Amino acid sequence: MAGIILRDIQKFFGDAHVIRQLNLEVQHREFVVLLGPSGCGKTTTLRAIAGLEEIDSGDILIEGKPVQKLRAADRDIAFVFQLYALYPHLTAYENIAFPLRATSESRAEVERRVRHVAQALAIEHLLNKRPSALSGGDMQRVAIGRALVRRPKAMLMDEPIGSLDAKLRENMRTEIKRLHLENDTTTVYVTHDQVEAMSLADRIAVMHDGVLQQVGTPTDVYQHPANLFVAQFIGSPVMNTAKASLQAEGGNARVIVGDNDGAFDLPAEILQQIAPANGLELTMGIRPEGVRVAREATDGFTPVEAHIIEPLGAYDIIDLKLGRQIFRARTPSGFVAKPGVRVWARLDAVQTHFFDARSGGSLNVRLRG
Amino acid sequence: MAHIRLENITKTFGSHVALKDLNLEIADGEFFVLLGPTGAGKTTTLRLIAGLERPNSGAIGIDHEDVLNWTAAQRDVALVFQHYSLYPRYTVRQNLEFPLRSRVRHYAQPEIDARIARAAKTLRIEHLLDRKTDRLSGGEMQRVSIGRAIVREPRVFLMDEPLSNLDAKLRESLRSELKDLQMKLGATFLFVTHDQIEAMSMGDKVGVLNQGRIIQVAKPQDIYNRPKDIFVAGFVGSPAMNFFGGETRDGRLTAFAGAMVLGADGPARDWLRLHSGRVTIGIRSEDIRIGPQEPAGARVHDVENLGVEKIVTLRVDDQLLRATAPAALELPIDSTVNFGWNPEKLHFFDTASGANLALS
Repeated sequence: MAGIILRDIQKFFGDAHVIRQLNLEVQHREFVVLLGPSGCGKTTTLRAIAGLEEIDSGDILIEGKPVQKLRAADRDIAFVFQLYALYPHLTAYENIAFPLRATSESRAEVERRVRHVAQALAIEHLLNKRPSALSGGDMQRVAIGRALVRRPKAMLMDEPIGSLDAKLRENMRTEIKRLHLENDTTTVYVTHDQVEAMSLADRIAVMHDGVLQQVGTPTDVYQHPANLFVAQFIGSPVMNTAKASLQAEGGNARVIVGDNDGAFDLPAEILQQIAPANGLELTMGIRPEGVRVAREATDGFTPVEAHIIEPLGAYDIIDLKLGRQIFRARTPSGFVAKPGVRVWARLDAVQTHFFDARSGGSLNVRLRG
Repeated sequence: MAHIRLENITKTFGSHVALKDLNLEIADGEFFVLLGPTGAGKTTTLRLIAGLERPNSGAIGIDHEDVLNWTAAQRDVALVFQHYSLYPRYTVRQNLEFPLRSRVRHYAQPEIDARIARAAKTLRIEHLLDRKTDRLSGGEMQRVSIGRAIVREPRVFLMDEPLSNLDAKLRESLRSELKDLQMKLGATFLFVTHDQIEAMSMGDKVGVLNQGRIIQVAKPQDIYNRPKDIFVAGFVGSPAMNFFGGETRDGRLTAFAGAMVLGADGPARDWLRLHSGRVTIGIRSEDIRIGPQEPAGARVHDVENLGVEKIVTLRVDDQLLRATAPAALELPIDSTVNFGWNPEKLHFFDTASGANLALS
């Protein structure tokens, strides 16, 4: 059974069409991340599920039941915001217990459940402290505890770790994931951070301009992006893209990039997969790890010039110049000694993408290596 | 172009010591990044060089001249901030002209036009020159702010987290552009950031600042491979370096209450031969390997698929260790796996002081 179903959702703010015909099914116990840049409609979608925002048309079902007529409080959903929204005059314990106070649970049961949640979040030692005495990460743990303690049907999280520093975010990611594994609560999580989406989600729903672009597992959206937007929004450094045209040459194919800036070899099967249609303009895409670099002239490799080298410690990112085009490649640390030298590059066929330059849609090319 | 030297700088704000005996030297034409967490004293350092703050004690030299008593304008440095302070009702061109029409400097119109044209070309904002700045995107506005610094052709560029307000993709492309710009101009850049990726990717040299003190100044690779202490080791690199307690005796290294014997090689082994006692062991995620033939056992606590690779969190007793694994490796959560480490890439820190023992 689906945990949450969104069917044909439309939402306007005045003239702005912020959610366009959105359809999404979140499975029971699934962790789905709504990912997109600011203004894409992801938070509005989340707030619509919570009942904090009315939709103009469409259906929202939670565990099979339409909920549009239900108030937020009656939807049995917990919400965690970026800003912790804790009661400053209450201790961490009382903050977590708060949602249970309105119910008829016994004192002992409340205590048991608060302790259980606190243990899962490793904040047992903080229960007597007030929010002002807690760090940002601990405040967010308390806020998550408060959301979980009711055992809601679904948990909605809006950039819950967006305001924490980088190291803490890394740790909190792992904690949120573990917590989900242990509690199995259906979760919809909103973020603009693709690393968060990749590392947390069972499935990612990418949004842009109110339109759902693609729904898939992290591996799907990374390896087979549906369009240029998804291709460039997911992954860091960003996928290299260039205007491209194809040409047969002695049993092989060549992809000519930019305005005749240079060319790379590709397997001939590309010529069967992309039929030369009238007026079809191509954009090719390749992630930095798909650009193979050699220090010596190598058969099937194209000479390029090494430009800026970014040493990131575990690996380097190198800008390779081919005419006026720049392709960024990921190499082992120190592989290319300095900017300005000549190196040779080849595209890994498996990781080479082609898009319709006009629509941005992927042509779903699948090449073997 | 200019050489910058700070000597024994101390700066306090009331009872708060912002900088303590700070020494720093930036070579002519160098891209120097000052890296540290919030409150480390990065912005204060930059403001001292700009002449916006005065130190309590110490000397500041630009091009071997003592500039302590010079005004900000006399020092001829350009500042770029995180928040672009552009004049909203003016065009990009008017914003770029502004610094060339100040009381201190006066330029003839053809010179002004030439400088604006040069800056606009370098920053690829030629098509925006007649647009009002409130019609620009964040990235365009930050380019204009940088342009305003460039037109003056100052001796030094001081940049205070100029990329922090931009989204991830834009930050990435502006990183390359700034580095490219600095190489073209050959100017001295002092760039302040809390983002270790910015520091690693742009800096010729990186100075790591913590609690008002410079911990280490080195090339990015050296900061990464030979961190001076546990703070630098943990601050630089993502995922953060793993740390756990160990004990050395007779050239043997054990961890997890003696349950695990760690092999060491190269400099790490040489160091172990000479020392015994408790240490904090550090190892980066990419130096941990997962595979059936590896010597140690762990449980899979979490798997993060980053597309290009996976970050696997391993649990050994109550200790979590992050390892980098190929994207294609399938590891069910809570399954048992074996892991090992690159024996040359172990780091040893003094458990009390945090100092890197192999460097001290």
